[in-house]
Amino acid sequence: MNQYLNQLAFGWYPYVALVVLFVGSILRFDKDQYSWRSQSSQFLRRRQMMIGSNLFHLGVLVLFVGHLIGLLTPIGVFHAVGITEANKQMMALLVGGIAGISALAGCTMLLHRRLFDPRIRKSSSWGDIAVLLLIWVQLVMGVWTIYYSIQHLDGTKMVQFMGWARDILTLRPGAAARLEDVDLVFKLHVILGLTLFLVTPFTRLIHIWSVPIWFLFRPGYQIVRSRSVGRVRDIPRNPPGPSIRPMASDAVTRAKARSGQAT
Amino acid sequence: MKIRAQIPMVLNLDKCIGCHTCSITCKNVWTNREGQEYAWYNNVESKPGVGYPKDWENQERWKGGWVRKKNGRIEPRIGSKWRILAKIFANPHLPEIDDFYEPFTYDYAWLQNAPELQAQPVAKPRSLVTGEVLNKIEWSGNWEDMLGGEFEKRSRDYNFDGVEKEIYGQFEQTFLVYLPRLCEHCLNPSCVAACPSGAIYKRAEDGIVLIDQDKCRGWRMCVSGCPYKKIYYNWSSGKSEKCVFCFPRIETGQPTVCSETCVGRIRYLGVVLHDADRIAEAASVEDPRDLYLAQLDLFLDPNDPAVQEQARLDGVPAQWIEAAIRSPVYKMMKEWKVAFPLHPEYRTLPMVWYIPPLSPIQSAAEAGKLSAIDGMPDVRSLRIPVRYLANLLTAGAEQPVVDALERMLAMRAYMRVKRVEGRIDESIPQRVGLTADTVEEMYRVMAIANYEDRYVIPTVHRELDEDAYWLRGSTGFGFREQTEGSSGVNLFGGGPKRTPRRSPDMDVPT
Repeated sequence: MNQYLNQLAFGWYPYVALVVLFVGSILRFDKDQYSWRSQSSQFLRRRQMMIGSNLFHLGVLVLFVGHLIGLLTPIGVFHAVGITEANKQMMALLVGGIAGISALAGCTMLLHRRLFDPRIRKSSSWGDIAVLLLIWVQLVMGVWTIYYSIQHLDGTKMVQFMGWARDILTLRPGAAARLEDVDLVFKLHVILGLTLFLVTPFTRLIHIWSVPIWFLFRPGYQIVRSRSVGRVRDIPRNPPGPSIRPMASDAVTRAKARSGQAT
Repeated sequence: MKIRAQIPMVLNLDKCIGCHTCSITCKNVWTNREGQEYAWYNNVESKPGVGYPKDWENQERWKGGWVRKKNGRIEPRIGSKWRILAKIFANPHLPEIDDFYEPFTYDYAWLQNAPELQAQPVAKPRSLVTGEVLNKIEWSGNWEDMLGGEFEKRSRDYNFDGVEKEIYGQFEQTFLVYLPRLCEHCLNPSCVAACPSGAIYKRAEDGIVLIDQDKCRGWRMCVSGCPYKKIYYNWSSGKSEKCVFCFPRIETGQPTVCSETCVGRIRYLGVVLHDADRIAEAASVEDPRDLYLAQLDLFLDPNDPAVQEQARLDGVPAQWIEAAIRSPVYKMMKEWKVAFPLHPEYRTLPMVWYIPPLSPIQSAAEAGKLSAIDGMPDVRSLRIPVRYLANLLTAGAEQPVVDALERMLAMRAYMRVKRVEGRIDESIPQRVGLTADTVEEMYRVMAIANYEDRYVIPTVHRELDEDAYWLRGSTGFGFREQTEGSSGVNLFGGGPKRTPRRSPDMDVPT
């Protein structure tokens, strides 16, 4: 029975979560872009937001990138640049610990604000509260794992997780078996992490996809749109000179494309 | 040169009676929805006052508009692009809903449903955010109505800069200006510049600035970026919204709702042709006091055949060029020079302009000493300080405001002589650099202000942009559009069935 549950949680669930994450996100983007937003509540209450949100987001970003690199980079790459398992474990503990504690502090402030500020509470959906609670529990467990990690600083456990992540991504059977003997808190941390992937398309977490880094590469500052596609002469894009792109002709463009005419 | 057309608005503050009809009709059409109850795309403020949201003119605090850097280029005051992104988790310059006001309604039904009580039942205000009872309503779109509140607080108005404001707190010296405000649909909008998603855009056809609601991700930088605080974050939908200049009406040649319903006939709409290639240059002039003239310089004379030719080449429809020739707005801005932009120092090149108000002469005692010619007093003796109006409309340059007020006074004097004494006195308009004919036209447009003189709005020419052949048989609302997103791929199997085109001859070639 235990083995069955283990396979379910660490063998099948990752695929369910990832498929729902990607397919769900594409569906929502395609069908309901109006609902795609960060749903910031800063406008309703600034208090606790300035510190809380910055701590939380910066911490979570470091954690996310750290997990991504730490779990998915083959250990050989670390060895090649002269980082041993023990070194990597220490780095992960240090960077992850600091980021985790700041994210937890921020998340606690945001959660307190969301639950106990009447304005935020009343304007929150069920999903807004649930997501924040899930992340808070996830951060608590993440910080808690530090206690266990300190007990095996040689990095062998960490390599075990890296092996699991690699096996999942490369579709190898038996990935779940690698996590059979790890401490319970790690198991829960992984399951909850996958659950966060799973709920992303259905909650405000969707805004993660929209990190507007393209803003940095936008030519100039201004945006001018025209309904006509070819009629308006484009003008030089020297900032802040506006660039022109067509708008609202989608229906015509699509109809033409379907009939095989040049659009 | 690259000519584009815009439909700017001019508001004649000399005739605004502060009735708020514009605000109410606008609200009933556009913002009576959850999340936007606090928003007034159009509000009428009483000046002097700190306005709505409180202290909106304080750009040190809200970081709206542009600043000119040492190298002569301009960048948003909120910061360069990476500085804007750095503020995305929590924007330190974002106003809170309380800076506008917490929206409310009243317990109306309680007045009818209350049981027998010792005291008469009252309808308490309740928040439209939390539903809780509000003890006190603190602010609104025009909380300082008719100079309400202490002068001490109202005098924090930024336009008192350089004015000895203390005396205006005295009852005998006080003055009042109504200031209806809406989105300026700027030529160089800083909300567009601040939007990390690229969701805000300016339309090439008519200059209207809109937010693409599908692309907005609610990063709320536009709220800070706009110096007029005319972008409203919808806390319910998580998207920003703003005045749409009633584009469905404008496209069909009708005035905006605020203009249509203005009982004082103070609003004017018409086409102005401008040179889009020189916008950046005009917004970057060194001295803020030159911004008004730099912007005026962008507006092109529609009667000039060379301008007409270039406009045609740049895709401005002939009907629009003709409308530009008849445009009341162009006349007031450029020919008569009686209208001015609101706070040009923000460098956004706003396109809603204002005719400054005349006011009574300072006091009867002083009036005797005035050097009044033909009943025309010195405009510097008017009750509203010229400096105050200059701070509001020309970044502090007083001469253009003085000239405009003198022209308006001359118009009155000329018409008074004509009506009362029955003679034409050419010397009055000549003194202010006008001709009798011009003054007669000013009188017709600004004083009589018939509907067709106020609004010269050409319809949109969609037939030039879209081939209606391809739109035939469609619902217009897209029930069977392939996708509502922009991916162009239907995830549920190919969209509406369509007979395969075995031969391209089956469709009319375009």
